[in-house]
Order: sequence, then structure tokens, then C-alpha cells
Amino acid sequence: MTTVTPREAPVPASPPKPAPPAGAPVRVTGAQSLVRALEAVGCDAVFGIPGGAILPAYDPLLDSESVRHVLVRHEQGAGHAAAGYAQATGKVGVCMATSGPGATNLVTPLADAHMDSVPMVAITGQVARPMIGTDGFQEADISGITMPITKHNMLVTDPAKIPQAIAEAFHLAATGRPGPVLVDIPKDVLQAQTSFAWPPEMHLPGYRPTTRPHGKQVREAARLITSAHRPVLYVGGGVIKSGATAVLRELAELTGAPVVTTLMARGAFPDSHPQHVGMPGMHGTVAAVAAMQKSDLLVALGARFDDRVTGQLSTFAHDAAIVHADIDPAEISKNRRADVPIVGDCTEVIGELIAAVQAELDDGARIDLQEWWSQLSNWCETFPLGYESPSDGSLSPEYVIERIGALAGPDAVYTAGVGQHQMWAAQFIRYEHPRTWINSGGLGTMGFAVPAAMGAKLGRPDATVWAIDGDGCFQMTNQELATCAIEKIPIKVAVINNGNLGMVRQWQNLFYSERYSQTDLGTHTRIPDFVMLAESLGCTGLRCETASEVDAVIGQAMAIEDRPVVIDFVVGKDAQVWPMVAAGTGNDQIMAARGIRPLFEEDET
Amino acid sequence: MTRHTLSVLVEDKPGVLARVAGLFSRRGFNIESLAVGPTESPDISRMTITVNVDELPLEQVTKQLNKLINVIKIVELDPGVAVCRELMLIKVRADATVRSQVLETVQLFRAKVVDVSPEALTIEATGTADKLDALLRMLEPFGVRETVQSGMVAIGRGPRAITAVSVR
Repeated sequence: MTTVTPREAPVPASPPKPAPPAGAPVRVTGAQSLVRALEAVGCDAVFGIPGGAILPAYDPLLDSESVRHVLVRHEQGAGHAAAGYAQATGKVGVCMATSGPGATNLVTPLADAHMDSVPMVAITGQVARPMIGTDGFQEADISGITMPITKHNMLVTDPAKIPQAIAEAFHLAATGRPGPVLVDIPKDVLQAQTSFAWPPEMHLPGYRPTTRPHGKQVREAARLITSAHRPVLYVGGGVIKSGATAVLRELAELTGAPVVTTLMARGAFPDSHPQHVGMPGMHGTVAAVAAMQKSDLLVALGARFDDRVTGQLSTFAHDAAIVHADIDPAEISKNRRADVPIVGDCTEVIGELIAAVQAELDDGARIDLQEWWSQLSNWCETFPLGYESPSDGSLSPEYVIERIGALAGPDAVYTAGVGQHQMWAAQFIRYEHPRTWINSGGLGTMGFAVPAAMGAKLGRPDATVWAIDGDGCFQMTNQELATCAIEKIPIKVAVINNGNLGMVRQWQNLFYSERYSQTDLGTHTRIPDFVMLAESLGCTGLRCETASEVDAVIGQAMAIEDRPVVIDFVVGKDAQVWPMVAAGTGNDQIMAARGIRPLFEEDET
Repeated sequence: MTRHTLSVLVEDKPGVLARVAGLFSRRGFNIESLAVGPTESPDISRMTITVNVDELPLEQVTKQLNKLINVIKIVELDPGVAVCRELMLIKVRADATVRSQVLETVQLFRAKVVDVSPEALTIEATGTADKLDALLRMLEPFGVRETVQSGMVAIGRGPRAITAVSVR
């Protein structure tokens, strides 16, 4: 992707110019305009790889004092790094790639960010305007390709409109329901002479996100909350994105209602809080799943009734009335009809809910959840999260992850790939703060952990960043460790190496008569040897094979701050993620462990 | 399933039609008819889309359409209080022996002849889908050689205009 068309002469770097008066247009190239726009919008990091069509933009980037470019090893890494950066900091993550294959390599991270509502701007080079549509070298219709997986995208055909495009892209990415925006810029537009002025005027007549909730709906929700007997606050990733965790806690404590935090919302409400009953969904706690199933009022806050949370939709929380608050009106009543729809930003919605609930209480309403809590506590105590040590004496993956969480603590940032290790990391690490748990929830992108950790560490250099990864995931994106080593981004990677595609193997064990088709990666034969691989990528490589070494090896990794560390935790292959709601079944069928259906049995008696 | 007519005001920008059409197919909806053209505001195009869909999925697709950044406004038109028109061009076999009969049908439907040759007439007709169907049935015995039909365009009756939106 670094092929350069030889005909085109390089654009010489321009000497630094004195700062122009604010707002006054200055003569620049399109590329300079792009870099200045990125500086003006407050972008401080770009993850990317240069190539033919985007090459003009890389020249002025060399001179930028405020924008740091991180040269990644694969564009997919750039995209996930931007997502990790965005989720760790709350700022817009930025990635850059050239036309054609560079841009198509961003497709997975864009789809990932789209599903998880991550604010991200992708800037891609495009072939020169006269070449568009001719199947030119490294041409791909990336705006056409990414239409369904971006919040918006644009092809900039007028160099004078570059500042406007960048301003709009960042605005769209960060406001309303956040999401990825792609800006495609043809090479000749980057090379053309134009003028730069900031701030540009934005023109988005069709974009008016609703952030203030409707007062009447909020009052109706408050009435339901104060009259419910079995309410549950169903908290989704929107609460973190909106920065609503403090008001959420206030609302929870005012109402006394139990709180469940989805996979995207781990850390939105402290795990240590007595009202937290766990993560709901396919691998949620029995208490969280049961609470929702038996609830008479679900208050969904920035959550989207994803199939992994609801299980079979027709049997989900059958007795519950639904209050659904989300900034995206299209999410409301999409999967489950809302009785009280509230469109608005979570911070504002929850703030107004607190006032409305307080008003109800002042008017004499009384919330009595004593009976509800005795049932909830019963579930929590009878079916706590847990795991058994493997009978074959192998190292328990859950134990490894639990110890990392305990030793690194709640102030560290954790990223994960997708699969068993991800679920265990969501279950056995205790999250106390927002933006400390970063994973690929909606798209389920294997290979997310390492690049996302790189982005998170760059955005929050003072935090310890752990990538909890699987041996399958790790082999998809580990080349970014070279980036981390060279760019001095000292992340810590725990490879939970069970030698298999663990989650798929678990399903084969449960649903395919233990026929293990194509899930053995052979990693336990040391192909590759993760310690040697790590060393060759400029990292420290460590290995741990027994429970007694775990704490010491984690401690050893924690002591290394000048380079990335990879620990190969060689664990058993038979550990499974429990509890589990099997795909396609209802949440009443949740199994606390194999063959144990607490809710089902309860209904039978 | 019932038929719904949506008037969609969009920014006049490249790719908008692809965004709208792609959204329908992606979310599993079949567009029955789609017409797009300029409006009285130079920056705004108007699409008239008819879909066969139940009320709840319609609400969902409308919300999804509204999320498209280039979509400015969506109004569902009630066919009872809207004027709906389609345009059809029909090339019908009509030599000297039957030409007068064909012309009689044309007049009956208040259509008009836009091209004539010794063996054929080309007829232009506008109206509702029902009227155009009826005309076509009347012409079929003469031998319809070719037809082409536009998507439906529709406008609400009365003095109010849906395009009266401020474009910042």
C-alpha cells in the first residue's frame, strides 16, 4: 500500500509560516488545509499508514507539532487503535489510510465502531478526481462500501471544502449517538492550492439530535418507577458515552433499584456497589438475568435490547413495562416496544428523572423494594459468579484473569478480544470506573484487544493498560506490538492461551456432540512461541503455566514500564463460560452451570 | 401489509439516492416505487417513496431514514388528502384501420398522443396507478408494444407545504 505513482513529483514541504490572525483565510495546499483542520479541531493523535493517494497529506503532517502520527502495521490496527483511544478518553479517535486496500482494511474497524457507537473519524486518500470511476490503480469506492457501516461519510471534491468536511466529520462523530465518519479525499484535491480559514461554517440541515427529553415522558417514567414493585435499571453503553455515571448512581440510590450493566456498560456503575447485581445477557449473572426476567419495570438507559441481552425476544421480561431512554429514536421500540419512550442524552434524561422521582416522593409516593431485594439477594447468594479449577491440573483461565484484575486494580484500563477470555474479563475483573473496560461488543471483532490497548494507552499514558486476549485473537493483530515497541506505548498483553478457538470449542462441546471441527489452533505446540514472538516484536515475553506462578509473573509484567510485555498464560482448554443462555432460547432457560436451570426449576415447583 | 407513501426531503448531494435505497434493502424493505426530482428550493430534492409495509416496521424505517444525515424531513402522505400521479408512455400498434379507435380511447382518458408513425402511436398519460392500469387494459387489444412508467409523485392537498423548512 505504499506504492507511489512515479509521474507525480513530491510536493515540497513548505517552511513554517507565522500564525495568521484567527479566521483570516491563508493560502495553502489541500493537504496543509487538512492538517491545519485536524489541529484546529483538537486532534492530537492519528493512527495510520501512508500510501500513494494519501501521500500529500503525510508531508505537512511531518511538520505538525500538535498532531502525533502513529505508524501502525495494518490499517485494521489503526482503526481499532482509534476506537480504543476514543473509548479510553471520550475524544474522537482518528485513523488515516490510503485509497483502495488501505481504505478497505478500515472496513472492519468502521463496522465495529458503528455497532458500538464509538466516535471516530477515518480519513482516506482517493485516486485523483479525473481517475474516479476508471478502475484506477488502488481505487475503491470506499464511500459506497462504508455507507452502511458509518454514521456518515463524504467524498470531498472541492479543496476549499476540506475544513468544513473535517469540522462536520468531528461534529457528527462526537454528538448525538456517536459513530464513525469517513472523509475520502482525492489526491489532486490534497495537492490543489486553496485557502484555509477556521472555523468553517457547517451545513448539516438534516442533523438535529434531540438531547433534551420530553418533560411529560420523564414524569410518566418517574410515576412508573415510584410505583413499581420489581424495577431494574438496565444500563447500557450510552451512559458511559454521555458521561452520566455520577447521575446514574444518584438515581440508583434515590430509587434503591437494582442495577445491571451490559457488556458495553461495565464500569458505568461500580461493581462494588450493593445495588449492582451484575451483567445481564447470554453470559450474565443469574441474578442480573433473573432480575430482568422477573421485573415489572425495566428502565433502559442508553441500552438497545440487543439479542445477546434479551435472548429469545418473545419470552424476554414478559411482565415488565418498559421505559426506554436513548439518544437515538430509532433504537426505541426497535426490538421491544417501549411503554414510555424517552429520546434524549442520558445525562439530561437521568438528571430530569432524578428531579421527577424526587417530586413524586415529595408528593407522598413510597418505594418499597424490600421483598424484591430479598429475592435478588437470594439469587446473588445462591448463584454467585464462580468457576472450578480444571480437573486435569491445568491452569484455570478464570483464575488468571481474576488475578490480573485484582493486582492491576480498578484504575487500570482493560481491553479484550472476542470469545471466552472476553466474557471472563467482563465477569471476573471488578470495574469501578467508566472507560476502564473497552471491548468489541456489537460486531464481536476478534483481534480487537491489542490495537485497542495501543490506542487506549496513547490516550491515557498514565494508566496501566492490559489487553486480555485469546490465542486466536492475538494471532490476528499482534503485529501492532511492533508499533507499540517502536512508538513507546508500553501496553501489557495477557494471552489466555488455551490452544483453541475457545468459545467455538465450547459450543461444539455443548451443541455439536463434542465434535471439535477446526478449533484446535495448535498453539500449545508453541507454534508460534508467543514468548519468542513477543521478543522479536520488541516486547518482553513471559510465560506462566501454573497457578502458583501467576501473581509473580503479573508482578513482573507490572514492573516493566519501558516496553510492552506479553505474558503467555498456558491454560487448559476445557474451561467454559458460565452462566449461559443458549442461543435462540429464552432467558428463563439460563444455565448457572451445565444442566442447572435455576429459573426454569423455580417455575416448575 | 398496507401501502404507504413517504415524501422525503433530502439535500441535493451525490450519493443520497444510494443511501436511501440502500437503507431500504438493508433493513429488508421492498421499495414499490420511487421518484426523485428537484423542488422549489435549489438545495433540496424530494423523493416520493411507496412501500408495502406494516405500521410498526414503517415507523422503524422512517426513524432509520431520519438518521441519514442528508435526509432533512420525512412526511407520510395520506392518500385521501394527497394528489398522487404517475406518468406513463405507451407505444401502441395503430395503423390506419384502428387509429381512430385508439384515439377515441386516448381522449376518453384525457391522455395525449406525443408521437405518431404509420404503424404506431405513442401516448402520454398521467394519473393514479388505477387510471393508468385501466387505460392500458383498453389499449391491449390493439397491441401494446412498449410501455414506460415513472414512480409516483405526490403532494398534500390544501395550503400547507411540507417543504417550508428552514435550511440553515
